[in-house]
Amino acid sequence: MKIEINTHSKNIIRWGKLHPEAVVLSGDLGSSCEIKEFGQVFPERYFSMGIAEQNMVSWAAGLCREGLRPYLHTFGVFLYRRVLDQVEMSVAYPNLPVTFVGFLPGIMTPGGVSHQATNDVAVLRNVPNMTIFDMGDATEIESVLDLAYGVNGPVFIRMLRKEVPRLFPADQPMEFNRARVLSQGGDVALFSSGICTEEAMRATAVLKKKGLSIQHLHISTLKPFSDPQVAEAIAKARYGCIAIENHVTIGGLGSAVADTIAEGGLGKRLIKIGLRDTYCHGASKMYLLKKYGLDAMTLIAAAEELTGQQFGVDESQLEEIRFEDYSAV
Amino acid sequence: MRAEEYTIPQIRQAATNIRKRILGLTLERGGCYLGQACSSAEVISALYMGILRLGPSLGSRDALPFPGVPGPDNMDYPKGSLYHGAREADKDRFFVSPAHYASVIYCALAECGRISPAAIDKFNVDGWNMEMIGAEHSPGFECTAGSLGQTISMAAGTAHARKLRGDTGKVYVLLSDGEIQEGQVWEAFQAASFYRLGNLVVYVDVNFQQLEGWTKDVMNTEPLDERLRAFGCAAVTVDGHDTAALIEAAATPHPDKPLVVLCHTDAAHGIPLLAKRKPFLHFVRVGEDELAAFQAFWAAM
Repeated sequence: MKIEINTHSKNIIRWGKLHPEAVVLSGDLGSSCEIKEFGQVFPERYFSMGIAEQNMVSWAAGLCREGLRPYLHTFGVFLYRRVLDQVEMSVAYPNLPVTFVGFLPGIMTPGGVSHQATNDVAVLRNVPNMTIFDMGDATEIESVLDLAYGVNGPVFIRMLRKEVPRLFPADQPMEFNRARVLSQGGDVALFSSGICTEEAMRATAVLKKKGLSIQHLHISTLKPFSDPQVAEAIAKARYGCIAIENHVTIGGLGSAVADTIAEGGLGKRLIKIGLRDTYCHGASKMYLLKKYGLDAMTLIAAAEELTGQQFGVDESQLEEIRFEDYSAV
Repeated sequence: MRAEEYTIPQIRQAATNIRKRILGLTLERGGCYLGQACSSAEVISALYMGILRLGPSLGSRDALPFPGVPGPDNMDYPKGSLYHGAREADKDRFFVSPAHYASVIYCALAECGRISPAAIDKFNVDGWNMEMIGAEHSPGFECTAGSLGQTISMAAGTAHARKLRGDTGKVYVLLSDGEIQEGQVWEAFQAASFYRLGNLVVYVDVNFQQLEGWTKDVMNTEPLDERLRAFGCAAVTVDGHDTAALIEAAATPHPDKPLVVLCHTDAAHGIPLLAKRKPFLHFVRVGEDELAAFQAFWAAM
């Protein structure tokens, strides 16, 4: 598995050259959100808005009304929790194509509770006109700006920074409202998003060896959530479904899957893995994944609960899993 | 050049007509934001008829059925900004921040011929586009402004984009004094000053009162002029019922700075029967005991 560095920074510069109407607004976190280099390449299209997110969001709406395409950069928490009314009234209600590039989704920061966007998907899924993308790897980061540009309305991106694995082939970009099928099977339907997909890939690799057949779908469009592949996977799952996400279990991916089960009358059991109605504290990614049970071992335990089988997996078996080295195109 | 030219007496008369019409609505519908009409009638009529450079209205002269909320499948609905004419580089824009002033905006549009007087009959009638608190489909509204303190930022973002593009038209904003308590307003002035938005002009209806009472008692904002200057704005204070002074204030030089015109007003101006209710004039209802007096006053206006 190849690790890519600063993919968003490179991508938005490439992309910015193609779209002169694209402008960046920064909430004094440009260097922490991989956008400083864009500012060096396009200084006239980089607007420093200071530590004043409410004004930044409504200001972006004004720029957008004049035909510019604003890309707001700061930590995700400051683009939904602090500014929800501005997001709703200044941007979402008029359905303006403003893109919120929110860094540090879920537990992806040692910065602690104030910096961890752990309920952004839940909050924004119920905002009309809003589209939500959740980045799982470098290939998705390279394709998300093109996808967001095609959306007629506001977009919120859960963005990853610095070292990000390339889990998917670079020539297979993410598709709008279409899950990526990572494994085929009929025992369990597994839905994963964001950084949890890498954990889920480790778990499914081991579980397959133990004879479990898994339909694993990686979800990068969290709203809208109407890909028919989801309902099909649920319908054929012999034992039931598992959803795993870097987010609270109320209102995010797991809840979207639950809606699909209930509204389709699919009658399957669902185990939701994520933050269980809790805030977190500041620590490293792997520590937090394990402490709050967002990791591969938690997923394996969920598969055991669903199937009533014991697979006898230990951590060392997970560590032996190696993914293909996809390279950039 | 403006689409039409009006004399000062014509604009003064328009302000009186606005007050009369909204007092009529108040009596007929059981209540309205009448205090805001009394304080802002001269400010808003001066803006529409003596200050703003707008092209001819592109909006419907008649009221329209509510055209639906904006969304991916509904972006071409008739917008409130159409009443301000085509978006042209040399024309002004006008953003209304206190959406509670919607009735005053509708009546001012009627006074300058941008909507038919008969359209006002649909004010606050279920299913029509002339709501009591407007959104961006409502005649005269460029944006959705009911949540206070956001419009100034949207207008400043618009001014920023227009400045980058080299437009010569300005961006005007109507602000109310109570909403200046919102922190976002100060974030916006800070940024408008930082980006040297000499194309942004803000008229503030300083009527010194808000829902719970006198502004100085609810949450003091004075001295506004000094605070605004400290934030990098040019600020002037005028009698908000003096039409000539309101128009003259727009000519205040403000190179590379936003201009704020603080319009000192009286929420009972033109309807002295309201004076004894001050400072509680957020939403005016006239009870049976006062109905005859108000009706007589209306008839004599």
